[in-house]
Amino acid sequence: MESRMDEIKSTLRNTIKEILYPLTAIIVSFIVGGILVYAFGNNPFAAYKALFLGALGDLNKLGETLVTTTTLILTGLSVAFAYRCGLFNIGAEGQYIMGSVAAVWVGWAFQGLPSILHVTITLLAGALAGGIWAGIVGWLKAKVGSHEVINSIMMNYIAMNLSNYLIMTALNEPGKAFSYEVAPTAKLWRFAESFEQFKYSRLHIGIIIAIIIAFIAYYLLNKTITGYEIRAVGFNPSASEYGGINVKRNIVLAMVISGLFSGLAGGIQTAGVQYRVNNLFGLTGYGFDGISVALVANNNPIGVLLSAFLFGVLQKGGPMMQIEGIPKEVVGIIQGIILLFVASNFVRITVQRYKENKEIKSYMKKEEVK
Amino acid sequence: MSAVIEMKGIGKSFPGVRANDNINLTVNEGEIHVLLGENGAGKTTLMNILYGLYTPDEGEIYVKGKKVRISNPNVAISLGIGMVHQHFMLVPPFTVAENIVLGLEPKKGLSLDMEKAIADVEELSKKYELKVDPGAKIQDISVGMQQRVEILKTLYRGAEILILDEPTAVLTPQEIEELGVILKSLVSQGKSIILITHKLKEVMSMSDRVTIIRRGKVIDTLKTSETTMEELAEKMVGRKVSLNVEKAEAKVGNPVLQVKGLRALDHRGIEAVKGIDLEVRSGEILGIAGVDGNGQNELVQAITGLNKVESGEVILNGKNITNLTPKEITDSGVGYIPEDRHKRGLVLNFSLYENSILGSQRNKKFKKGMGLDYRKIREYSRRLIKEFDVRTPNERVNARSLSGGNQQKLIIARELDREPSLLIASQPTRGLDVGAIEFVHQRLIEQRDKGKAVLLVSLELDEIMDLSDRIAVMYDGKIVGIVNARETNEFELGIMMAGGKSEEKH
Repeated sequence: MESRMDEIKSTLRNTIKEILYPLTAIIVSFIVGGILVYAFGNNPFAAYKALFLGALGDLNKLGETLVTTTTLILTGLSVAFAYRCGLFNIGAEGQYIMGSVAAVWVGWAFQGLPSILHVTITLLAGALAGGIWAGIVGWLKAKVGSHEVINSIMMNYIAMNLSNYLIMTALNEPGKAFSYEVAPTAKLWRFAESFEQFKYSRLHIGIIIAIIIAFIAYYLLNKTITGYEIRAVGFNPSASEYGGINVKRNIVLAMVISGLFSGLAGGIQTAGVQYRVNNLFGLTGYGFDGISVALVANNNPIGVLLSAFLFGVLQKGGPMMQIEGIPKEVVGIIQGIILLFVASNFVRITVQRYKENKEIKSYMKKEEVK
Repeated sequence: MSAVIEMKGIGKSFPGVRANDNINLTVNEGEIHVLLGENGAGKTTLMNILYGLYTPDEGEIYVKGKKVRISNPNVAISLGIGMVHQHFMLVPPFTVAENIVLGLEPKKGLSLDMEKAIADVEELSKKYELKVDPGAKIQDISVGMQQRVEILKTLYRGAEILILDEPTAVLTPQEIEELGVILKSLVSQGKSIILITHKLKEVMSMSDRVTIIRRGKVIDTLKTSETTMEELAEKMVGRKVSLNVEKAEAKVGNPVLQVKGLRALDHRGIEAVKGIDLEVRSGEILGIAGVDGNGQNELVQAITGLNKVESGEVILNGKNITNLTPKEITDSGVGYIPEDRHKRGLVLNFSLYENSILGSQRNKKFKKGMGLDYRKIREYSRRLIKEFDVRTPNERVNARSLSGGNQQKLIIARELDREPSLLIASQPTRGLDVGAIEFVHQRLIEQRDKGKAVLLVSLELDEIMDLSDRIAVMYDGKIVGIVNARETNEFELGIMMAGGKSEEKH
């Protein structure tokens, strides 16, 4: 009989294993990035110092980094969740936008509600809008087999233009290029309200919500029947069908859940940071960054927490490097190298090659002795 | 007799496996030499080395007494070595002659001299009594004929030594017999043949000598006339095995499965099951024989709900289950061992315990609150692993890491544990070694003796004949005839597998 402790231990061991490869890739990326900085004639240590101090130097900076992290956690979860069902959700961007718009409408239109209720329905509206937006893509895939990548890219632009239209008409703050502001009752609680230390940051309760959502996503995927079926479909649709799993239903479901996360990201950004939605000239990039976050996290919801934080640090700390006279593009380069290393899986492959070679060698030796 | 091929001390390693280990093989001129061994024993690796597809890590090769280095297939061909692969490499819309001369086309000026090509092929075909029509298109001729085209291709390239990799896997019994005649005629004209197989019967009927390989090592080389099937089996597997399936008299009960006028399409939308009636009763094994691609898979998938039934009925224990979902059909008491364990039977990236509940994931006994009770599931899978002797370090490893036989054991364990009243086993021993085959056969018979109905689909005629109580032969989407297994023979079944009628006797 295995005890509960052993079980937890083995889960922990597996999680560490899953994180170890990307972690090594990240460290190697920083070293390579450092060499590049040096090659450009700058001091890599000064650069990294500026980067980390800029992102984590004091609680206010940390707070701002966590604001970005919050959004990235949710869009990252969104991409990761869909991927576990074998779906590539490039539409996190559009789902995020729809979530923002829905949240701003609910946050503005319903005045005089108790705050807790108003915040809840605002966030729910955001999530739901994202869920529906992604659900359409899933439904199209299940119904007529059209590919989710193409459809979700197109849905991104529809979302952007629809959002701009609504902001300039029904939701327009007269004379401005943005929407009405949400009611005070719909705004998320900010750390600055209670903690002096976070005075100059916009850090809000959303980070806690995002972390909880990550654990919920983990539980849903790994401990429930729904998660079992979604993962089975992701790995092998034929065997799933044989196992009595409704493949089409699960494709739609996984897309909807994925969209809920992105939509919630939009809702939280609206209710916690911006309070309005701006007229967009282009896509926000949060959805696309979600793809990088999920990739580095190996699509593991808990890993998403860490990788979203990493990307938050890079994005917030980058501008600080500029003050040191180092082009902030270096951050872009490091991000690129990290993705390249993680995506190419080179650490894992190198380790495996090494192990295999050792195995063969030891086998040959044994044979010689005989 | 002089040696045409001598392989000395051949070794070849792949990551984690020693595929060939100090192998010595001598093939004499004018003999049919069989390489016998289980799947994964290293036979094909050895032949791929001889044909230049792999370079050996160590060892030497002599062709007609001369030491050679065969770095690629072109070298092999120039040395007079030809290989017929298990999967044919032919261009279906091209004619026989076009396929044979492909890459070595006779030319007249700049254009292809088709007349000479046809004449050459006809001459070769006559010389070795292969009886192929040079003008026929590959897509219109039978698999047996296609194989002859492959043989002709090697002869056209001047092969003196022919390697045939599992040549009988796709043939009917009659075609196997004809292949035997062809091989003898080739040998009588001075060719030498190496035959790769794991089927003992063919070794006995076709070969002069046999070399047995087990786990990358040569166990023995014997004269076929001086050995027996039992001895070969023992050397191949490494322990005594019973070749005969022992079973008691069937105690047949009521019909469990009734199929009436069933029609179904294949994945291309072409009718593949063309009106089938059959009945499987409790306590019997009904075997479905037939050459691959005659609608067997589509029939099974229509019964199990994986493929739509166009018309007709499927009745299980008196209840109509036509076109229910796979889950509903499983729940009504159908267990199914699918023909492709990688594609259908397992989620290879899932752990064994996750795989052990595939199909019963919604069963209440695995539920706890909102989630799955993984502790219970793991206990459950440990029980299955123990009862069915699945060889694995633990239940947490991925299904991918198990050997084929152990993967199949896990599937069988899972399906049988649901206590189905009808068990459908589709090619349950494909790609398994002798030991695992024995295990699977025993389990199927056990189910029959427990009073379950068993529908067995297999391309291996021996398996069908050994296990079945009644045999239905499928050809072109229809059942050509149903015969009593005790009253039939390979010859009669072979005729039916090729579409010929037998005298009806039920």
